[in-house]
Amino acid sequence: MNLLDPQGPVATANSTILVDSVFIMLAIVVPTIFAILAFAFWFRASNPKARFQPDFVYSGRVEMVVWAIPALTVILLGGVAWIGSHQLDPAAPVPGTGSPVRIQAVSLDWKWLFIYPDQRVATVNTLTVPAGAELNFQLTSSSVMNTFFIPQLGSMIYTMNGMVTRLNLRADNEGKLKGMSAHFSGDGFPDMMFDVNVISPLAFPDWVATTAKTDAVLNEDSYKKLMQQGIETGRPTYRLEDPRLFDLIATQHIPPGPGPELISDAGRPHSGGHDAR
Amino acid sequence: MLGKLDWSAIPFDQPIPLIAGAIVLVGILAVLTWVVVKGHLPYLWHEWITSVDHKRIGAMYILLASVMLLRGGSDAIMMRIQQAIAYQSQGYLPPEHYNQIFSAHGTIMIFFVAMPFVIGLMNLVVPLQLGVRDVAFPTLNSVGFWLTATGALLVNLSLVIGEFARTGWLAFPPLSGLSYSPGVGVDYYAWSLQISGVGTLVAGINLVTTVLKLRTKGMNYLRMPMFCWTTLASSLLIVAAFPILTATLAMLLLDRYLGFHFFTNEAGGNVMMFMNLIWAWGHPEVYILVLPAFGIFSEVVSTFSGKALFGYRSMVLATMAICVISFMVWLHHFFTMGAGPDVNAIFGIASMIIAVPTGVKIYNWLFTMYGGRIRFATPMLWAVGFMVTFIIGGLTGVLVAVPPADFILHNSMFLVAHFHNVIIGGVLFGAFAGFEYWFPKAFGFRLDERWGKLAFWFTFTGFYVTFVPLYVAGMLGMTRRLQHYNVAAWRPWMIVAAVGMAVLSIGVICQIMQLVVSIRNREALRDRTGDPWDGRSLEWATSSPPPVFNFAFNPDVRGEDAYWDMKTHAKQQLLEHEVPEYQDIEMPRNSPTGFVCAFFATIMGFALIWHIWWMVILGGIGAFATFVVFAWRDHDEYVIPAAEVAAIDRVNLEERRSLVSLAGAI
Repeated sequence: MNLLDPQGPVATANSTILVDSVFIMLAIVVPTIFAILAFAFWFRASNPKARFQPDFVYSGRVEMVVWAIPALTVILLGGVAWIGSHQLDPAAPVPGTGSPVRIQAVSLDWKWLFIYPDQRVATVNTLTVPAGAELNFQLTSSSVMNTFFIPQLGSMIYTMNGMVTRLNLRADNEGKLKGMSAHFSGDGFPDMMFDVNVISPLAFPDWVATTAKTDAVLNEDSYKKLMQQGIETGRPTYRLEDPRLFDLIATQHIPPGPGPELISDAGRPHSGGHDAR
Repeated sequence: MLGKLDWSAIPFDQPIPLIAGAIVLVGILAVLTWVVVKGHLPYLWHEWITSVDHKRIGAMYILLASVMLLRGGSDAIMMRIQQAIAYQSQGYLPPEHYNQIFSAHGTIMIFFVAMPFVIGLMNLVVPLQLGVRDVAFPTLNSVGFWLTATGALLVNLSLVIGEFARTGWLAFPPLSGLSYSPGVGVDYYAWSLQISGVGTLVAGINLVTTVLKLRTKGMNYLRMPMFCWTTLASSLLIVAAFPILTATLAMLLLDRYLGFHFFTNEAGGNVMMFMNLIWAWGHPEVYILVLPAFGIFSEVVSTFSGKALFGYRSMVLATMAICVISFMVWLHHFFTMGAGPDVNAIFGIASMIIAVPTGVKIYNWLFTMYGGRIRFATPMLWAVGFMVTFIIGGLTGVLVAVPPADFILHNSMFLVAHFHNVIIGGVLFGAFAGFEYWFPKAFGFRLDERWGKLAFWFTFTGFYVTFVPLYVAGMLGMTRRLQHYNVAAWRPWMIVAAVGMAVLSIGVICQIMQLVVSIRNREALRDRTGDPWDGRSLEWATSSPPPVFNFAFNPDVRGEDAYWDMKTHAKQQLLEHEVPEYQDIEMPRNSPTGFVCAFFATIMGFALIWHIWWMVILGGIGAFATFVVFAWRDHDEYVIPAAEVAAIDRVNLEERRSLVSLAGAI
């Protein structure tokens, strides 16, 4: 999951900007740190060779330089930020080979549901994508906020109930990657890690065909069971009954997922007391 | 009768909070018993609890912060241990406990350590530096302190009665809404912050008024010590930002208590609104904390370099620039929420612009050292350690202000390392430097240098050993708030960080040892001159500790570095044994208003958390009645007769003369 080992164009651009920015800043930070230590050492009270200049308390030239150095650095970095923000806008297209793959991701408590509306399949906690193709993500949440993040593919984005966020990525190399939720979402949050299988574009239709043969069906009813709080250790796959399922979730036609089950009356974990409403 | 409260609220099945709670309870009882048996209670009541003296209140703020630092630090130790062992296992803390710990750690460290520490130092020092007798509203000052203490008490109460929030220190909805957090945890969080927030707000109002309205003769704005400037900037931010926090939490509480829908998923609530509002407070909050620290370092670097601060006017400008710009950058906390590229870029650049005045400050401290005669007393060590550490924190801060870089660093351990880098390396180092620097002023004896230096080196080293691994873990994709994980690459870094935490803890132990050793050797460390560091500003012109009225005469200021000026120009006058004409001094009377008010606020807060409505009314009426009684007071001042002032001042002058004549002899 090393950020400096990117596996797609977005992550490559992210990490390039990261590294470039660090080096731009190091160019002034390193000399400054060195000067601090050097001045502190040389002008120690016990050094008879250091010249005591108690009246050196203002210098127009020095002032100009000390305002100019950080200002110039920030102008340079501001340019990087401006251009980078536009080029790497999560919604900006990431052209790839072949036709783009639409993926609708829903963060559940505490698992990830990936819906492939065009392929009519869905998976939980595993994301299978063809290498080289543009991946168009639409994301929402069944309940609380989460963040969809595959470190080696780049940019993360929030998922929120009743809203859809967009993210375009591309995976360039076949292999296995890891994804996660990067926004704390409750007790099962650490188990929201998911597998990312990047397979060859030729193998992708086969994977779709195999997955479509699954007995399990994802529809409103099975979705409502899935969105109950709980941790999913397996990697279930589904046939998608209604390709509009994601829209029903995002528009709240399927109401938000429930919170923890209430067992007793006090304030301890997994219990809630009387509903104040 | 007792609302939601019953025996199941006590976590009998969880040994850690129970044992911790029991130890604390035994400790409190032991101290209380000792106080009562030894007959110290009247002294405590008259001299401290009801005191409206800004120096006493400042000291109590710092005591509160120090105690809470131990609590927040224990949370940190538990988290580091958990992450060091929870690789492919559940570790020793179940999620519901771990999640409370990181939420409590953040809440405590920001609201009940960093805030009271800097407010305490401002309270203690600013009136002295301005050459005045007290803050503008002394009784309100006491109210502010005790309400802050109420918040701290409620947070700690959640350890053994009920639970604390499991939502992170900013309690983002919808997770913190009633549907997903039905327990009392979020209520503990929100009510503690509402009550202590009132305390912080009145402290801010008080300090703003003090700086703007109560300066001694000749103390123009551009003659004020840098610490007064940063206090002004920080307090202005408090006054502007804390109402946002109060309003935001009030909306969250309305959602939770009365079925409103500000931030719920249903009925048109919007979580993005909460994100914006809480960070509109949260980002200025960072500068509320760090600006006073900048002020402390300005004083320390200048004093220990034996020079006036380099580029004073530039520093003032930089301070006020930070004050204003810090209000315009909040969106950088959620670049990944899907705002458009223009918005992200503008807020990213605005955030970077803050680095300019901050960089200027670093360079001005650097040139203050240039040509100086630097004495490496403990405060100066903290200052140099700060400069080096803070630059690195600044670098990583500007890095996460670049939106495309933030897209892969947001919420990661890299971010955790960054804000600890600036808060520990900036605020905490500053608080420690200020503590060492002004301790002799507050208590009349210096702190042991040997233990102080040990504390610095352990803390400094411990900081790097703890947080550099977190930077690395962030670069390896590790996100924050993980109770367990299965990624092998993260493990070694978590272990190193835990080792670093141990080193940091040794630093804290050294601080405690320093205090113990210094109190024991206080006679040898006694500061008789009132000016142990060869200081430059007015707080060093009076005795240590200062008399209740601070100055027998309001000092007459003729330039920057007022006391240095007096020392260089008036050595002769001091020796001339002229007898000044003393006058009666009026000082505010002590008042139990703050303590009583906070007592009722505690009752009300606790009752609100547990839905005990009759008790809410009782607490509310009690707190309000306390105010009314105070408002109807007849006598609020007492007179210190001129003869007494003369007697106190004469001792101080004698000490100083002996010092000056000694210096003359050499």
